[in-house]
Amino acid sequence: MTKEPSRLSRALSDYPLIPLTLLLVVLVVALELLRPGIVNERWIANTIKFAIPLAMLAACQTLTMLTGGIDLSAGVAATVVAFVMATQVPVLGVPLAIAVSLIPAIAMGLLNGFGIAICRVHPLIMTLGTGLVATGCLQVYQRFVIASGSVVPESLAWLGTGRTLGLPNSLALFLPFAALILLAQRQTGFGRLLYAIGSNEGAARLSGVRTWQVYFTLYALSGVIAGITGLLYVGLIKAPSLSLVNPMLLPSVAAAVVGGTSIFGGRGGYGGTILGALILTVLGTLLTLVQIPEGARGVFFGLIILAVTAIYMRLTNQT
Amino acid sequence: MTQTLAKHGWTLGLAALFAALLILTKMIQPDFGLSGLDSLGRAALPFAFATAAMTVVVLAGGIDLSVASMMAVASVTGARLMDGATETEAVWIVGFVLVVGLCMGAINGALIVFTRVPDIVVTLSMLFVWEGTALLILQGPEGGCAVWLTNLILGGLTLPLLPEGLTNWLPKSVVLVIVVLGVIWVPIRRSKLGLSIYAVGSDPLAAYRSGVSLGQTRIIAYALAGLLAALGGLSLTMSTGIGEPIPGPYLMASVAAVVLGGVALTGGKGGLMGPILAVFVLRLVRMDLTLLSVDPNVTTIIEGTIMVVVVMFGGLLALRGRIR
Amino acid sequence: MTQILPRSPLLNAQGVSKRFGAVAALKDASLSLAKGEIVALMGANGAGKSTLVKILTGALRHDNGQILIKGQDRRIGSPRAARRAGLVPVYQEPSLIPDLDVRDNLRLGDTPVEPFLHWVSELGLPDLRLDAMIGRLPLASLRILDLARAIAAEPDVLLLDEMTAALPADLVDRVLTVVRAQADAGRSVIYISHRFTEISTLCDRATVLRDGVTVGDLPIEPGIEERIVELMLGAGVASAAQSRPPKPRPAGQKPRLSVRGLAAGTKLTDVSFDLHAGEVLGVVALEGQGQDEVFDVLAGARKSLRGTVLVKGEPAHFAHPADAIAKGLTFVPGDRAHALLMQRSVRENIALPLLARLRNWGPIAMAAEGARVGAAIERLQIDTRAQGEVRRLSGGNQQKVTIARWVAKGVDTVLLFDPTRGIDVRTKRQIYDLVRDLADQGAAVLYYTSELAEIRLACDRAIVIFGGRVVDQIEASAASDAHLMRAAYGLTEKDRATEKDGATA
Repeated sequence: MTKEPSRLSRALSDYPLIPLTLLLVVLVVALELLRPGIVNERWIANTIKFAIPLAMLAACQTLTMLTGGIDLSAGVAATVVAFVMATQVPVLGVPLAIAVSLIPAIAMGLLNGFGIAICRVHPLIMTLGTGLVATGCLQVYQRFVIASGSVVPESLAWLGTGRTLGLPNSLALFLPFAALILLAQRQTGFGRLLYAIGSNEGAARLSGVRTWQVYFTLYALSGVIAGITGLLYVGLIKAPSLSLVNPMLLPSVAAAVVGGTSIFGGRGGYGGTILGALILTVLGTLLTLVQIPEGARGVFFGLIILAVTAIYMRLTNQT
Repeated sequence: MTQTLAKHGWTLGLAALFAALLILTKMIQPDFGLSGLDSLGRAALPFAFATAAMTVVVLAGGIDLSVASMMAVASVTGARLMDGATETEAVWIVGFVLVVGLCMGAINGALIVFTRVPDIVVTLSMLFVWEGTALLILQGPEGGCAVWLTNLILGGLTLPLLPEGLTNWLPKSVVLVIVVLGVIWVPIRRSKLGLSIYAVGSDPLAAYRSGVSLGQTRIIAYALAGLLAALGGLSLTMSTGIGEPIPGPYLMASVAAVVLGGVALTGGKGGLMGPILAVFVLRLVRMDLTLLSVDPNVTTIIEGTIMVVVVMFGGLLALRGRIR
Repeated sequence: MTQILPRSPLLNAQGVSKRFGAVAALKDASLSLAKGEIVALMGANGAGKSTLVKILTGALRHDNGQILIKGQDRRIGSPRAARRAGLVPVYQEPSLIPDLDVRDNLRLGDTPVEPFLHWVSELGLPDLRLDAMIGRLPLASLRILDLARAIAAEPDVLLLDEMTAALPADLVDRVLTVVRAQADAGRSVIYISHRFTEISTLCDRATVLRDGVTVGDLPIEPGIEERIVELMLGAGVASAAQSRPPKPRPAGQKPRLSVRGLAAGTKLTDVSFDLHAGEVLGVVALEGQGQDEVFDVLAGARKSLRGTVLVKGEPAHFAHPADAIAKGLTFVPGDRAHALLMQRSVRENIALPLLARLRNWGPIAMAAEGARVGAAIERLQIDTRAQGEVRRLSGGNQQKVTIARWVAKGVDTVLLFDPTRGIDVRTKRQIYDLVRDLADQGAAVLYYTSELAEIRLACDRAIVIFGGRVVDQIEASAASDAHLMRAAYGLTEKDRATEKDGATA
């Protein structure tokens, strides 16, 4: 069971992004072979445009998974923020609407943090429950604002769909965001504590870490990230709805997992997740191009996620 | 005596809560009777089977996110095959669907055991796979269902030798759940297989050292979950008469019921009674709120809140116990 | 090298080897066992003991070599197969299912109930209920149940891995008696333990492993301990460390830590002691006398019921380990798995306490951290060849990391709970040296040990806890094993007096 890793697997577990990058390249090459000429500047911009919200929502999963948790309320939080923002713009104006809309996401995060840190509820259950409650609240909220209508601000539409010099504008939001997370996970005390709690919460406590502080901060942060994702996504889709971001929840978990973050905590990072989101997006295009029924696409999508994770875990000797 | 009470305290509490809710329902709606119970039973049916499926894997220390998708596969398989089939052929079709369920579950289990990928990840992937499979079988809600199957869950129970009044108040759907789950679970729970399932969920290393085959037990637990999910899918077809390829809200609901039912997500602790009771409690709450003409959206909030509050309260209680 | 070949080996393993990737865990291990014989399997950590045990019990497969059981070549694929071959192990950790009761656990392993109950009562637990939940039983009882279950299976070979590690001394005696009786009845026993006293009273022979090779096979006779230590360590290692000369304490100095009337949980009722700067205070107690609670309370991991704790003369209250650390009290738990981030690097493990406070959540000064961690690694002589993940280190190096963490943070008062449990002789001596070093530099050390000899090797003074109270205090240089043992059993004059008082009152 405790197998000593070979040199290759050690190298891979020291540089876990190499096989993922290779996989991404293989997928893109396969796409180009299948439909020559498809991989052009426009396609790349488009792929990035759709991968960014996924990668951002997957940041919620990555950060929480590092502590051995998960945030299944992230999709709902994103939806709530997008919907509240869009319905409040006619009343409050854009800046204030955005500020107000983030409040429910933070509240959800704090509720998650309370349940997980103080009541010791399993994150899967806690975030699931918070998501249910928030969905209900959103439906009730909708009844009250149905008259006022909704507006997606120009600025968000520009950010979500616009392009500058051939590159999607959303990169202006995403690049600093990703840089911040990548830096934070390795080079800040908070980032280290996420790994520490995920590896051994008791040991972290004995070393003087007040874990509740970390959990509250983490899940509130996850709520905020989900909220920002919601704002970006509604700018991309331009039509707020009651389940806007929800379908992206499970893919966001998949992106983090494919990217090599361990669901048991203490291992992985956001770099892999970004690649995971790109891989899933390219895979989606690939499966749409191959003319097979919708059902078969789902089957392949699931099998490929599983295969990638299995191979990757074997390569980096995680089993 | 006290030990039994301590062991089954949670379940007994749920049963008391259910009884109290029934009385409350009768107070809200004085003519609440068979038809009310009947619609409660039929609404609860797919949830009960989904929850039973989830319970078995959770007891074995796992989780199955693909329960709802497997239900969809079973539902469309049954509906498509039964479309135009005779009543006797339907018997074989039901058997076939159950075997399909067993196989789907066994595939989930085997993938978990042989790839060594965490169960959450495997069943998350299989969620897409089974969902896709269901869409391949039927593109939209269509198909048919044998009449005897539909009748199986319609109305009150009548037994040949007993006077109708004695049993008629009991909806057939509730009896079906109890009988089917009893027939499947009770012999297993009593056997060494049942012990092995609890052992694997409780402490895999100790189980292995006690001579339990971990892989085999896990695969069987997942296969059982597949079988129960197939029953859930069939019950969907029974109550609607058609097959539905899009998975319903059974994943979240079954996890909620498992937790409310006093089963530890870490595995090895709890039973099947609690979660099934929890399903009926949750359905009855929803029904009462509808009877009180509360906005159905508020109902969702209340359900979610009940779940969150109960798990938080349970968590705090467990914490208390540990400190003392 | 003396080789004694038993007349008719029941189990005979020759030239067993096992590689994990590039690392050879076993190169040429041999072990033979005659009917009715008790053989001690000895070796420092990393010598390949546990690999050999895993191979014999079916948890691993060997690459080369031969394992003959009753003359037949066997490859054992699983614990079940080992059982069929007549080989039943009792592992270091209990292998009973916590969420099942005793009866169901027996059914699971096909253990006959009657003989099991016989052995349980023979081993000193006559009141066991079959419907008791395993998860609610104390650790020591679980070890006994494990052993009884193994004996009830009527094995040819019993494999006992650190069987007595978590047992109170009275149960240890029972276990040794029963194991001896089993051998006399014709069963063979492979006995793994770090305790020389047990080995010299119980075993017939000792097989010594070093670096994956069997380097010795010697009969147990008086004075054999030094020879075994030499074999385990290899050539050129100094003999046992000398005991520490008593240390004069400046008069009128305020104690670093004062504990008065401390009570917690059900076991700890009334413990008081003073711990001075520059002092190593040993704690001696049988299993479960309240010493765990003392350490947990002082570490902030458990709430006290009564009593006061004074740090440098000021009352202190710890609601969380962070409070204790803020007051300079740092805790090294007995179980390394409770202290380490197994999948993280040595550096992250050692730097962890530096980042715990909210104000350190920001960017890390990487260079300064690296220097601090590097100094601690150097001081503890941690083998950093596999520093990417702590789980790849040997047990001794892991233990050093748990201590290095606090050395890097700066040591004020250290609470060491059995820091040498289950680690090899060489590392043990390094830890004694370190503890002295820390004390000489002004640290105060509270040192619980399950090995009585360590009181003289590492401590200045010792207190003995029995039944939740301090029953004896003694200078380490005057603490003979016999004296400590008597005290640990509560057989001191003072205690007899209080008992009498209690009877008359």
